[in-house]
Amino acid sequence: MIYFKYVRMVIKSFMQYRASFWLTMIGQFFVSFFAFLGIYLMFARFDNIAGWSFGEVALCFGVVQTAFAVTECFARGFDIFRDFIKQGTFDRIMLRPRSTILQVLGSNFELSRIGRLAQSFVTLGLAASWMDADWNAMKAVTLIFMIVSGVFIFTGIFILGATVCFFTVEGLEFINIFTDGGREIASYPLTIYAKWIMRFFTFIIPFGCFNYLPLMYLTGRAEGRELLYMLTPLAGILFIAPCLGVWRLGVRRYLSTGN
Amino acid sequence: MRVYFSMFKMRLIAGMQYRAAAWAGVATQFFWGFMNLMVYQAFYASSGTEPPMPWPQLVSYIWLRQAFLAIVMLWVRDGELLRGIADGHVAYELCRPYDLFKTWFARLSAMRVSSAAMRCVPILTLGFFLPAQYRMPLPAGFGALGLFLLSLALSLLLVTAISMFIYILTFITLSPIGSMLIITVAAEFLQGSLIPVPLMPEPLQRFLDFLPFRYTSDLPFRIYSGGISGYDALLQTGVQILWIVVLLLLGNAALKRVLRRVVIQGG
Repeated sequence: MIYFKYVRMVIKSFMQYRASFWLTMIGQFFVSFFAFLGIYLMFARFDNIAGWSFGEVALCFGVVQTAFAVTECFARGFDIFRDFIKQGTFDRIMLRPRSTILQVLGSNFELSRIGRLAQSFVTLGLAASWMDADWNAMKAVTLIFMIVSGVFIFTGIFILGATVCFFTVEGLEFINIFTDGGREIASYPLTIYAKWIMRFFTFIIPFGCFNYLPLMYLTGRAEGRELLYMLTPLAGILFIAPCLGVWRLGVRRYLSTGN
Repeated sequence: MRVYFSMFKMRLIAGMQYRAAAWAGVATQFFWGFMNLMVYQAFYASSGTEPPMPWPQLVSYIWLRQAFLAIVMLWVRDGELLRGIADGHVAYELCRPYDLFKTWFARLSAMRVSSAAMRCVPILTLGFFLPAQYRMPLPAGFGALGLFLLSLALSLLLVTAISMFIYILTFITLSPIGSMLIITVAAEFLQGSLIPVPLMPEPLQRFLDFLPFRYTSDLPFRIYSGGISGYDALLQTGVQILWIVVLLLLGNAALKRVLRRVVIQGG
């Protein structure tokens, strides 16, 4: 597939700066490591948060970090999309007979996020053993659904953020509230927040679909409605559809900044 | 010295031009503080025992951090300067009859002040008018307020002094991204920005007393709320000054060292 050709080229160009690449990867590892250390220390002081144990929060944190790291790894092009608009590079993309989404996805591939991914996997593994859930195949599948769902939702937000650039040229720092901010918020089960925040991040931006809803199933809090809660991550994937729609609209409205 | 003061003023005025960026920053930082407080609130509500940091002190800790983020955070950086080191533009600066260390210090501290000056007023104002549980409390007293302002000014010097090492290091690594990430994320934890120092386990708190980072934000913020007061507050402000002097001397020496071996490759 042509996407993999793009990716191979990007990786090759990164590898020209090998030392910097390794340092960034280690740095990414520490970003996530210190965030986790923060949560660990909070639980050393307080023994639960709104009824959730350390293991359960750690699992939640691991899922979000994994999903975010994967998203940043391959959807980074949308994250830095304002550069395309400002420098007029997007005109070149539009001239080529391939989909714009594919080309923006292929323009960048942040391999250094593997550092963060490694840390997230360790967290997930530890959390799975810390929390007292009897793991079975169904639950393992749900966990994978959660991560996939998270990737789709974060990618959707990145695309929305990029679409904004069509109208404003300048990227908006505001969108960070939903990317970095979303990652922070979803590090804890959303039930710990005020009701309106929980609702907003369940029904408008469906973080709940890979956060507390399936987590309730994993931790045995979903009596009688196991199947429903287990399948919520799949509903989250649908979030990508309206995002792609808005993107199309943006592309149609695009006026070049000239070069 | 007057030269460097004018440079500081010049950069300050230049920095104040980016008002739209400042408003975006205000929104993001306000949201971030709010979100943090909600997590802590949930922890506090589910705790059986009395937490070591009273709730109002925690609230002022968070809002002060968000208001003065540009002063206390090590990741606030001057991209132009960093690029200049990597692409050789720094050679022009080396030709000028100024001391590079002092020039950079003036430039970097001015950037922090201008950025914080535009953001702190709206954030604090909003903070003072929030509903009771999130409302920014008043300072513990006039003495506390005075000492807080002094200590915050010293924080600016201390943070800038620490950040100088990042720029000096860039002379060696040439690519700042990786090393910068490691330093800034570690510093964020050690200064108490990830979780407030009083909530950390006691042995870790004692350990942090011996590093400079805690004195950049934890100290002034706790002086404000009365968490550190009296003789203790004065003593720790003394430690803060000591660190500034030590780091300035070390930084100066380090910069001289790397400049002696810097090679400008054509241009």
